[in-house]
Amino acid sequence: MLDDVIDESMAAQTRAEIEAHISKCGHCEVVLNTTRKTIEIYQCHELYELPADVSSRLHAAIKTRCTKIR
Amino acid sequence: MATIQQNEGLNEQHPDVALVARVRAGDVGAYDELVRKYERQIFRIAQHITQNREDAEDVMQDAFVKAFEKLDQFQGNSKFYTWLVRIAVNESLMRLRRRRTGKMVSIDEDLQTEEGSVPRDFADWAPNPEDNYNQSELADILRKTIQGLPPGFRVVFVLRDVDGLSTEETAETLGLSIPAVKSRLLRARLQLRERLSRYFKRKPAPAVAQSTRS
Repeated sequence: MLDDVIDESMAAQTRAEIEAHISKCGHCEVVLNTTRKTIEIYQCHELYELPADVSSRLHAAIKTRCTKIR
Repeated sequence: MATIQQNEGLNEQHPDVALVARVRAGDVGAYDELVRKYERQIFRIAQHITQNREDAEDVMQDAFVKAFEKLDQFQGNSKFYTWLVRIAVNESLMRLRRRRTGKMVSIDEDLQTEEGSVPRDFADWAPNPEDNYNQSELADILRKTIQGLPPGFRVVFVLRDVDGLSTEETAETLGLSIPAVKSRLLRARLQLRERLSRYFKRKPAPAVAQSTRS
């Protein structure tokens, strides 16, 4: 149910009922807001940037290995 | 951060279709365009699964070469990207298996844990809690936290919430059912939330200095 609220994948009526409950339930409100925040933080911060040297080696390897395959 | 656009119209051809056709006609340069488009995402996924930079680099290279070799088998029923991710996930799991000297590694591993299936921490977070840490501290916290998830939860969270794949695409990519993806995603989100609460919860206001003793 929590996922359906976050992903907005539920019927409007069910959503309205759940939102009415959340507005009166402190625990549900915290869990919903902090779960949304968790997702947002991971979306906004790249944890594994592709280093330029790794990218260069990849393109060189693709050129060599894929040309051989052809 | 780059995410995959999912809103192509039904009659609109995905731009990758034309690139794939050019590659099939012998244009390796077109393949380099596909590599440039998706290298960041594939590297990220490989890093999240293998948790090792050298392995992630090897996986990325092998996945792109394998996709090139198998391009004739690509049916076009799915997007090129989800097909490529499936290859990269399999390569990553094989690499992990080799590191663990032959021990079976799959995305079904370690799913018995009940941790995080029910929220326990109801403390509210500070407003913009990430601002309490510098970029490097925050990245360490986020990495450490997500690395603590079982691989089967981690990969679903990364594909679905970070990479922006739909539930259906994530299921297809990992060879899982839709209910299995939903269940793993919910538990991944709740476990991450619970663990991040240790860092992000609102700090209690400092006690007022005691008045003079009598």
